[in-house]
Amino acid sequence: MDAKAIHERLAGAFGDKIAAFQGETLQPFAVVTAAAIAEVAAFCRNERDLAFDNLMNLSAVDYPKEAPPRLEVVYHLFSYTHRHAFVLKVQLPREGARLPTVEAVWPVANWHEREAYDMFGVLFDGHGDMRRILLPDDWQGHPLRKDWQDPDFYNGMHVKPTQQMAERFQAGEAIGVGPFDFTPPNKHVDE
Amino acid sequence: MSTSAIKSEESVGWREDDLDVDEMILNMGPQHPSTHGVLRIELKTDGEVVRAARPHIGYLHRCFEKHAESVDYPGVIPYTDRMDYVASMGNSLGYALAVEKLLAIEPSPYVQAIRVVMAELQRIASHCVAVGTYGMDIGAFTPFLHLLRDREKILDLFEWTCGARLLYNYNWVGGVSHDLPDGFLRATRQFLREFERVTHPELMDLLIGNKIFVKRTAEIGVIGKDLAIAYDLTGPNLRGSGYSYDLRKDEPYCGYEKYDFKVCVGEGKFGPLGSCFDRNWARALEMAESAKIVHQALDALEKMEKADVHEKVPKRVKPAKGEVYGRSEAPRGELGYYIVSDGGVNPYRVKVKSPCFTAMSIFHVAAKGMMIADIIALIGSLDVVLGEIDR
Repeated sequence: MDAKAIHERLAGAFGDKIAAFQGETLQPFAVVTAAAIAEVAAFCRNERDLAFDNLMNLSAVDYPKEAPPRLEVVYHLFSYTHRHAFVLKVQLPREGARLPTVEAVWPVANWHEREAYDMFGVLFDGHGDMRRILLPDDWQGHPLRKDWQDPDFYNGMHVKPTQQMAERFQAGEAIGVGPFDFTPPNKHVDE
Repeated sequence: MSTSAIKSEESVGWREDDLDVDEMILNMGPQHPSTHGVLRIELKTDGEVVRAARPHIGYLHRCFEKHAESVDYPGVIPYTDRMDYVASMGNSLGYALAVEKLLAIEPSPYVQAIRVVMAELQRIASHCVAVGTYGMDIGAFTPFLHLLRDREKILDLFEWTCGARLLYNYNWVGGVSHDLPDGFLRATRQFLREFERVTHPELMDLLIGNKIFVKRTAEIGVIGKDLAIAYDLTGPNLRGSGYSYDLRKDEPYCGYEKYDFKVCVGEGKFGPLGSCFDRNWARALEMAESAKIVHQALDALEKMEKADVHEKVPKRVKPAKGEVYGRSEAPRGELGYYIVSDGGVNPYRVKVKSPCFTAMSIFHVAAKGMMIADIIALIGSLDVVLGEIDR
């Protein structure tokens, strides 16, 4: 099935829980309301003509500057049976983002959802093990959000060693073989 | 923002009241020679039998995705090399392909053939490490030396081409960094001859066909096809479960459709299908198929005029607003890049679907009921590289 047909199939079954089809992009997608995602996911996997048996990827993206500001959770589905792919998206408010888990549909979602929680602070209701996965358990905040500010210290350790070195260098201390260029690399790219 | 989901005392590990009378907690790692990097595993054991397992990852987290947002598109490539440091060519190739899809450019056939040569040599080198260290994990030391000797030769070829032995920065967006040096084709053929005539048959006899190796691996760590798909195992891990799916065949990129090769799957010759043995069997056979592909790509290169490998490299990579999910067959499985562009010079978001990450997530299922000594055999057979799991 092509993406348009898949979307029609979903829209036929779920009505207004599926927003209009976005087909003008490189990867066509459908936006699903947050509360319905677990049902839609189960439908996608169980219906014979869809048979999305594989969740290729689950990720979140932060859009603080869009109107309205939002977090998006993106599901890349693939069917080994029919060899077709589709993308589902869920749009969430940036504060208090939560949605049902799809762990029961695709077990691999367990770790992907933990990563999304770890990096973006999206909470997945019904998830059996909602802990951080990559960052330390006592880490504060969710660093892949666009408004993330690096803390100065973590457990008493300096988190920004270059800044610390710059300060020591400016205070006249001889460190290494300097002088160093402490401009962050992306500042060199002329806009 | 609510962080009530974390219960910090729970996340530290199991506590005594989680245990039955006969059970004991055994900690493996993070500094354990057979965990292939810094992986920590908690095992709830009853005597020698593992009742439950819980992997803890993140020790090698280097903020790849955050870094990627702060550099421009070509600047991400050196970072991709550092994810799966055993198979860097595959990482940067996947990234370059995804960005090229976003920009709608296609490199010349000459560049594509070079990429195929490099990717397949890298696959051989990577499987050399995978199968070699696997043998070593379970007590066979010699094959490891033989395989590392051949991997060394491949690294020499890479060094000759681009100056680096492990982290190449070779596959650029729209091209490759260096053309092949004069004499590369001949040297590669020489290597392949040695590999196909000596090392590979030796590997099949010495390790894969070895009775001890077979007895040690053919009955354990069985992962069925449906379970493998549900947990998104890909690459040799999925094919080891007997399901024939290879992106090079089924969604060809880089002109793989022109090459004649077989997709190697586990056959369950000595035990249930999808065992530790089958995953290694798939890998070992795949090495010979990769050598076949390299031969064909070298034939193609011989017939081609030398072309400028930087011809299609854009001066400034600035894709229009949009997003793409590009996937390619890296040695460890299907490597996916989800790239979102907001029309700027830096990617807005880069998410990596790492094949090792999903392979590790099946671990607690497969490990249930195994013996402690077999846990080592299971980790090795999934062929995880922690650099890619943690990114």
